[in-house]
Amino acid sequence: MSTISAMGGIVRRKEDPSLIQGKGIYVDDVKRRGELVAVFVRSPFAAATISGIDASAALELDGVHAVYTADDVRHLGPNPAQVAVGTLRPLLADGSVHHVGEAVAMVIADNRYIAQDAADLVFVDYEPKDAVVDLKEAFADTVQVHEGASNTLLTWHGNAWWEGVIELPDPSPGIQAAKERDDTVVVGLEMVNQRLIPTAIEPRAVLAEWNSGYGSVELWTSSQIPQAVAGAIGVAFGIPFNKVRVVAPEVGGGFGVKLNVYPDELLCCFASKDLGRPVRWTETRREAGFSSTQGRGWIGTATITGTRDGKILGYELDAICDMGAYTQNFTVAIPLLGLFVAPGQYDIPTSYALHCVVTNTPTTDAYRGAGRPEAAYYLERIIDAYAREIGMDPADVRKVNYWKPDQFPVTTEIGLTMDSGDYEKNLDALLDRVGYEDLKAKRDAARAEGRLLGIGLSTYVEVCGFGPSALAGLGFSWAGYGLPTAFNGSGVVRVQPDGTCTVTIGTAPSGQGHETTWAQIVSEGLGIPMENIEVRHGDSVDSPTGVGTFGSRSIAVDGTATFEATKRVKEKAATIAGHLLEAAPEDIHFADGGAHVAGSPDRSVTWAQIAESAYQPHTLPEGVEGGLESSVVFSPPNATWPFGSHMALVEVDPETGDVDLLEYWATDDCGNVINPMIVDGQLHGGIAQGIAQALFEEAIYDDVGNLLTASMLDYPLPAAESLPMFSLDRTVTPTDVNPLGVKGIGEAGTIGSAQTIVNAVVDAVSHLGVKHIDMPLRPKRVWQAIEDARN
Amino acid sequence: MEVGISVNGTDYRSDVEPRTLLVHFLRDQLGLTGTHVGCDTGYCGACTVIVDGRAVKSCTMFAVQADGRSVRTVEGVANGDELHPVQEGFWERHGLQCGFCTPGMIMSSVALLEHNDNPTESEIRHGIEGNLCRCTGYHNIVRSVRYASAKLRGEKPEGASGEVAP
Repeated sequence: MSTISAMGGIVRRKEDPSLIQGKGIYVDDVKRRGELVAVFVRSPFAAATISGIDASAALELDGVHAVYTADDVRHLGPNPAQVAVGTLRPLLADGSVHHVGEAVAMVIADNRYIAQDAADLVFVDYEPKDAVVDLKEAFADTVQVHEGASNTLLTWHGNAWWEGVIELPDPSPGIQAAKERDDTVVVGLEMVNQRLIPTAIEPRAVLAEWNSGYGSVELWTSSQIPQAVAGAIGVAFGIPFNKVRVVAPEVGGGFGVKLNVYPDELLCCFASKDLGRPVRWTETRREAGFSSTQGRGWIGTATITGTRDGKILGYELDAICDMGAYTQNFTVAIPLLGLFVAPGQYDIPTSYALHCVVTNTPTTDAYRGAGRPEAAYYLERIIDAYAREIGMDPADVRKVNYWKPDQFPVTTEIGLTMDSGDYEKNLDALLDRVGYEDLKAKRDAARAEGRLLGIGLSTYVEVCGFGPSALAGLGFSWAGYGLPTAFNGSGVVRVQPDGTCTVTIGTAPSGQGHETTWAQIVSEGLGIPMENIEVRHGDSVDSPTGVGTFGSRSIAVDGTATFEATKRVKEKAATIAGHLLEAAPEDIHFADGGAHVAGSPDRSVTWAQIAESAYQPHTLPEGVEGGLESSVVFSPPNATWPFGSHMALVEVDPETGDVDLLEYWATDDCGNVINPMIVDGQLHGGIAQGIAQALFEEAIYDDVGNLLTASMLDYPLPAAESLPMFSLDRTVTPTDVNPLGVKGIGEAGTIGSAQTIVNAVVDAVSHLGVKHIDMPLRPKRVWQAIEDARN
Repeated sequence: MEVGISVNGTDYRSDVEPRTLLVHFLRDQLGLTGTHVGCDTGYCGACTVIVDGRAVKSCTMFAVQADGRSVRTVEGVANGDELHPVQEGFWERHGLQCGFCTPGMIMSSVALLEHNDNPTESEIRHGIEGNLCRCTGYHNIVRSVRYASAKLRGEKPEGASGEVAP
């Protein structure tokens, strides 16, 4: 049965038949004749100088082809896709190491077993040095991570967020004056937003094949940004971009950890070139903790100054943000993203200082939400504390301070424009659905019986849908590395000679269902059935102008490019169909797999007939070129600003501190929705990640920088038994920055959820005197907070 | 060492190093790449296969331990072109996103339903506890298994295709 999909409808995913049969192709499934395997020798010290490396024993093993060190790859320079703030990471440690797990040497062998045996035989002479892991100590420069340089790379200020670009009046004097008034209260809390390991279930994997005949290289990599990886390879090896192909086939979860250009990607290319054989590397789970990027890692103080009737007169945030030992792709930009949404959905005076500080730990970078969950956490936790201080319902405090619908578009204090929002309507929709008053009564009744029930609320706004090309001028692009792109989206729609359609998009999805969503857009536009539309993605040669999948940007940017390309193909097809049917193009409409003349249903041609004509130019009307395709690069005029409201009901066991998550509700608003099933799925996963941060996930380092949570045994992920079913709903406030009216949904669940849980748990125990508990809310920590408050 | 293992109904004889993990035997020697490796600790369950009727994590078992046994992988679950009800359930109820944990999740679900064809929500969650999914939050996986359970019992699963509400 053919299906013409309507945008907005539930459609089963085109991706799934291959994946549910084990026929999906991930990088580690790709085989090349004669391939070799790489294994890295990694530092056991967080800070040390290297006085020598002896690989002779390793090289004597049968099946070992090479052991590379910094000497062999220094000529390639540092990884080109790093932010030039702080110290650039060499591809292999060059004379010193700065975190446990930093790659010191690369062993190439016939298979993974031999390579690992050989790696164990590489002798590295380390002279350990003092390391610094604690963020406050690092900020105080008690130990310098990079010799002779302050650990503080830069500080993002709320009143001059990009020096020289925007200058705003310093709001602090106003806040200071408000603090000194008699009728105001000041509520401050120091809070930790702990380090997390993103933990996509598919470890990163790389397969490089250099072809010396063609002077070209093909790299398969589990990446969210194949185009940027291709650009970095071109720059590092000094070869033209048209000799580089980077393919990200199926990618088993991204979450930001695959939004980087990693040394191993460049090193496998190097080894393949040097040895004339394909070279693969597949990350082990322990390596994922040492060598791929991590997320969050802030410690900061949030302060609200407000009146006793709920009007916030000042919000201040002062935080130290952990960069890890090096800055990779967006490392220092993550706090900046947080700064963009630090005042959230509120019309409130603000003052911020976010200090980007290096430590002897693996690099931090994007992780689902990237800066925005941190910002929402500080703001929404302190608003709850403020509401409790003044004895006002937390929902009411939020409503007092929201931007109102008639104020949009809103220019934030930081100088960004928020497209559209209706925050109170969204919150009311949640409160009505939940039955908020009844829920509070239920909680109070339970409390009277000695049970610890708590209700947590958080609302949020996020900035996503990057992005406007103009941001490239502010450093928000890879252009600085010689890479050929800002944050454009791209879409190519081509009707093939048989009337089927191939769509090529600039994204590189990792489970977001782009093949289905994009096919829906094109199917509705052209009237071609879903099953006759193939959507291709994740190939730097197919779509060199895209930049991949991250920051909830794909549908708003690349989706729009595809939508525009579809319109152009449709226009041309109408001209051709009109010529074939002897009708005016404006009388042609498309449905049921073909073109029809308005008012004469029997006068029609199929897409195959239109395409046949398009590819036989002598049959076309005069002045019409052959072919039936359109390629569009789209740069939106602005980012988009989704928002939402989340609520949780928890019960705390007073004897054990165990938190039982009883219910979870969310009402989100991501503008128009193409496929509700996929949108809800994105929310489910995002909410689960935020809940997990609130309750149990944490990357733990000891004092000397050892990662104590490098395996899944030590780093607990949510399992099926740790989560409830989620109750979702939405409001729809379209954006006008793209013609689809879509905003983005991939990170919303994570941005809204962690503080919802913490607010709920604190609500459950606040009458005992507890004001705050730092994440993760493991039973012992909750129990201890109750004990401390009681004593 | 030579081993004889039946995989998805086909008998294979092969020479393996004693330290070869079953998952590497399946992936590298037989080319059955549907079985994935997600961790090195037997924790994530992406490598789950069914050995003699029991769900087993193939990264914690040596190929030699499977000598003389019968192994089912995700490639052997469908009946030709006809999807297994569990596979159908995952498609119908959006039980997967990136798809990497999915083969292991499907094998655990198949094993669960072979032992209990009408599990409660709690039993479903307990039954797949050894399989981690980072994408879905499990909401739709639970619905997928429920769908398959109804199908296997000859009942019509509740709701429409892809229906959003639980």
